[in-house]
Amino acid sequence: MKEQLIFTKSVAGRKEGYLPPLDIPEPQQVSLPDWARRKDTPRLPELTEMDVVRHYTRLSQLNYGVDSGFYPLGSCTMKYNPKINEDAANLPGFAQLHPYQPVETTQGALQLMAETQKALAEIAGMDAVTLQPAAGAHGELTGIMMIMAYHASRGDRRRTKVIVPDSSHGTNPATAALCGCEIVQIPSNPDGGVDLEALKKVAGMDTAALMLTNPSTLGLFENQISEIARIIHQAGALLYYDGANMNAIMGYARPGDMGFDVVHINLHKTFATPHGGGGPGSGPVGVKAFLEPFLPKPVVRYEMQDGRYILDDRRPLSIGKVKAFYGNFGVVVKAYTYLTVMGGDGLKAASEKAVLNANYLMSLLGRDYHVPFAGPCKHEFIVTPKNIKETGVHTMDVAKRLIDYGYHPPTIYFPLIVEEALMIEPTETESKETLDAFARALCKISREAKDDPGLLHEAPHNTPVSRMDETAAARKPVLRWVPYYE
Amino acid sequence: MAYLPHTKEQEKAMLATIGVSSSEELFRDIPPELRLARPLALSPGLSEKTAWEQIGALAEKNRHTGRLISFLGAGAYEHYQPKAVKHILARSEFYTAYTPYQPEISQGTLQAVFEYQTMICELTGMDAANASLYDGATALAEAALMAAEATRRKVILVSPLLHPEYRQTLETYLHGRGIRIAEIPWEKGVTQPAEAEKLLNHEVAGVLLQNPNFLGSIEELAPFAQAAHKAGALLVVSVDPVSLGLLADPGQCGADIVVGEGQSMGLPLSLGGPYLGFMGVKEKYLRRMPGRIVGKTTDRLGREGFVLTLQAREQHIRREKASSNICSNEALCALSATVYLALLGPQGLREVGNQCLQKGHYAKKCLSTLPGVTVPFGCPSFTEFVVKTQEAPVLLNQRLLSGGILGGLDLGRFYPELKNHILLCVTEMRSKEEIDQLVRIWGEKA
Repeated sequence: MKEQLIFTKSVAGRKEGYLPPLDIPEPQQVSLPDWARRKDTPRLPELTEMDVVRHYTRLSQLNYGVDSGFYPLGSCTMKYNPKINEDAANLPGFAQLHPYQPVETTQGALQLMAETQKALAEIAGMDAVTLQPAAGAHGELTGIMMIMAYHASRGDRRRTKVIVPDSSHGTNPATAALCGCEIVQIPSNPDGGVDLEALKKVAGMDTAALMLTNPSTLGLFENQISEIARIIHQAGALLYYDGANMNAIMGYARPGDMGFDVVHINLHKTFATPHGGGGPGSGPVGVKAFLEPFLPKPVVRYEMQDGRYILDDRRPLSIGKVKAFYGNFGVVVKAYTYLTVMGGDGLKAASEKAVLNANYLMSLLGRDYHVPFAGPCKHEFIVTPKNIKETGVHTMDVAKRLIDYGYHPPTIYFPLIVEEALMIEPTETESKETLDAFARALCKISREAKDDPGLLHEAPHNTPVSRMDETAAARKPVLRWVPYYE
Repeated sequence: MAYLPHTKEQEKAMLATIGVSSSEELFRDIPPELRLARPLALSPGLSEKTAWEQIGALAEKNRHTGRLISFLGAGAYEHYQPKAVKHILARSEFYTAYTPYQPEISQGTLQAVFEYQTMICELTGMDAANASLYDGATALAEAALMAAEATRRKVILVSPLLHPEYRQTLETYLHGRGIRIAEIPWEKGVTQPAEAEKLLNHEVAGVLLQNPNFLGSIEELAPFAQAAHKAGALLVVSVDPVSLGLLADPGQCGADIVVGEGQSMGLPLSLGGPYLGFMGVKEKYLRRMPGRIVGKTTDRLGREGFVLTLQAREQHIRREKASSNICSNEALCALSATVYLALLGPQGLREVGNQCLQKGHYAKKCLSTLPGVTVPFGCPSFTEFVVKTQEAPVLLNQRLLSGGILGGLDLGRFYPELKNHILLCVTEMRSKEEIDQLVRIWGEKA
């Protein structure tokens, strides 16, 4: 470890005081009954502010973010996170609002939410949007619950199966399972699209929904989408859009126009809010009008009668609440700020350049790596080291060697249907110079694979730790610090 | 502004490399009938300066707790956040990183999560904690699902004094899974263990409580633990972590799973999110826990470090057999809580807890002296408490608001039987003077 655990730096009795002394006179103070009182002291560290600040500053230096360098993590849309977004969310007028304040004191916030809903509906081609889900997978959960509620409202309770392609994100089947559904997986065709014959075979009276990403996780636009929608709708089922790959199509095509009934959108991908080292995200869900009554409670909307924005809780068909309060509002503020700065034209330009960057980088890498699916790709693409297989070098080795060259590796070994996949999503905010340099590094790595494969097997070389023993970590889990004397 | 780097010449060169004449050609795979034939109906883009002015104006339309004296709690709490927290969170190596899939360049996030997991264990008395969940409500729902899976039983006993929105979320999550929810009767401000005992049988997977409960009262957990365990059920407790410097930890009282809302650890109110769901469990349930978990291990040269571990529970490996569908969590909020706890230390956390306790009781006592105001429950409370008024809560709160005070929550909104009852919250943020001011304005007309 390059930095000791904070607990081992603790010195008994060291402290900072952040509060003024208690100003309630002693005679008026109370004490807790014995059964309610804590007997031991939690072993939190005892440090000065400087100790703490240095510790976490050093930890930050062991990390790599979009601000550190190129982060072409496929399906994650690691675009630049503009700084104005952070400052907007920190404005006291947004950050210091209590969720139960009377709505007349939060009209600006509710307006921001209503306008974000409207903008997202327009971008996705949907009729109504909820901002409540806290992340993409949470949006999926909300969406599938709404689909189930819709079927149930029609007395159609036989629909218990959710179809997912074998190239889908793992969250899709996991979500359907969480909703009590049975999962039916269908294969992809040789072009990476949905196998229509396989779909026709499984779509029927027991199908609740098909969950699909478009562009797919291979970065390819599913051009049979209208036919897929027809098959699904004819079977009486609904079509769910996993919006993880929305960054490819803004202003070019809309899931709503493709026949999707429900869409989730990842604000932390397409709308430039930061990933935070794993969260918080935000996963708004858009629906067609016939599903609007099922949206989670409450719904933010403008009430003409009162001339103000309200939080509408009286919704008898709603699936209920999917979390406390109204969603990750702070993240929504950041996305709203991004939408304001970008405008409609800016968003379309972002998608255009995201696709341009992906195709350009794919062209460059096609010289040294195997490209399993010919272009044009959309915002991301797959390459594999299949062409240098004889060197004994695997995708993992290539990814780890990229770290030595100062890059965050792409998504690896996903989608599962491509052997040894490197899934690369450059995003629109990266320059030609960055893409060129990245391609040169990968080219050099392919030569190293032939000349000195050991260099790759042992990579990375320049990091505080190298490859970790994950098997040992899982076999005998050490998940917390304990004092050595225990 | 659009954060786009290419010059026209560069773009031309890139298109030539690809072998197309325009970027339009790269969209040729989208069937023409699916192409959006018009521009998006959105406002045009703005300069940063103009955008900043517009957004600032929108923020100004709100009346925020920095300018009001707030006595609102009910699941979202105003506590003092040391200034250093925000400075650490602003380190963009933390906030612009993704989930730490590549441990070699993610030791910062991974170690911080390991420290966070340790702190959650220390506070709750549990053996292991995960790296975070969305919020307190979904953490509770995930815990209920875990209890049902672990016991293979289909009934969950719930205290009605759990946050109403948490119970609603629980209902939503359990609906599709065929798990039934039954309520334990409450009386005098607390849930009744004797009533829980009557309801417990071989079908009950878990007993779910909140401490302090939604009315601010402190629940005695041990009798619930004994009753639950006797029937083979789990005790799940949702706690306010800031209370745990002072209040008995649920682990010591016999809880099997402890969840809660971490927002109280100095996170901004932010109209209800992003917040921080946390979960700690007894070792026995470790491998059923949802979400990311960080573990310590060594690299190939024997150096110690951290990785995401036990991933065989997770959706990206197990797909439909995963313990949950969660992927993104609330990592940055967890970092915020970690830095908060590190700055406060054990004494600081106890001090915050004690100030909440004392100020809450002082306010309760002062308000009870007003004509028409009574304190309906005599049980010990923490930072929140209930009073009954003769004046309609809506009118009272309007009166307070015109005096610059954000009054408490009208409990009639969630509990029809508690019409004219108000839930007030007094944390360390409120001075005695501000409490006196509340009492003065409240008493002016009532």
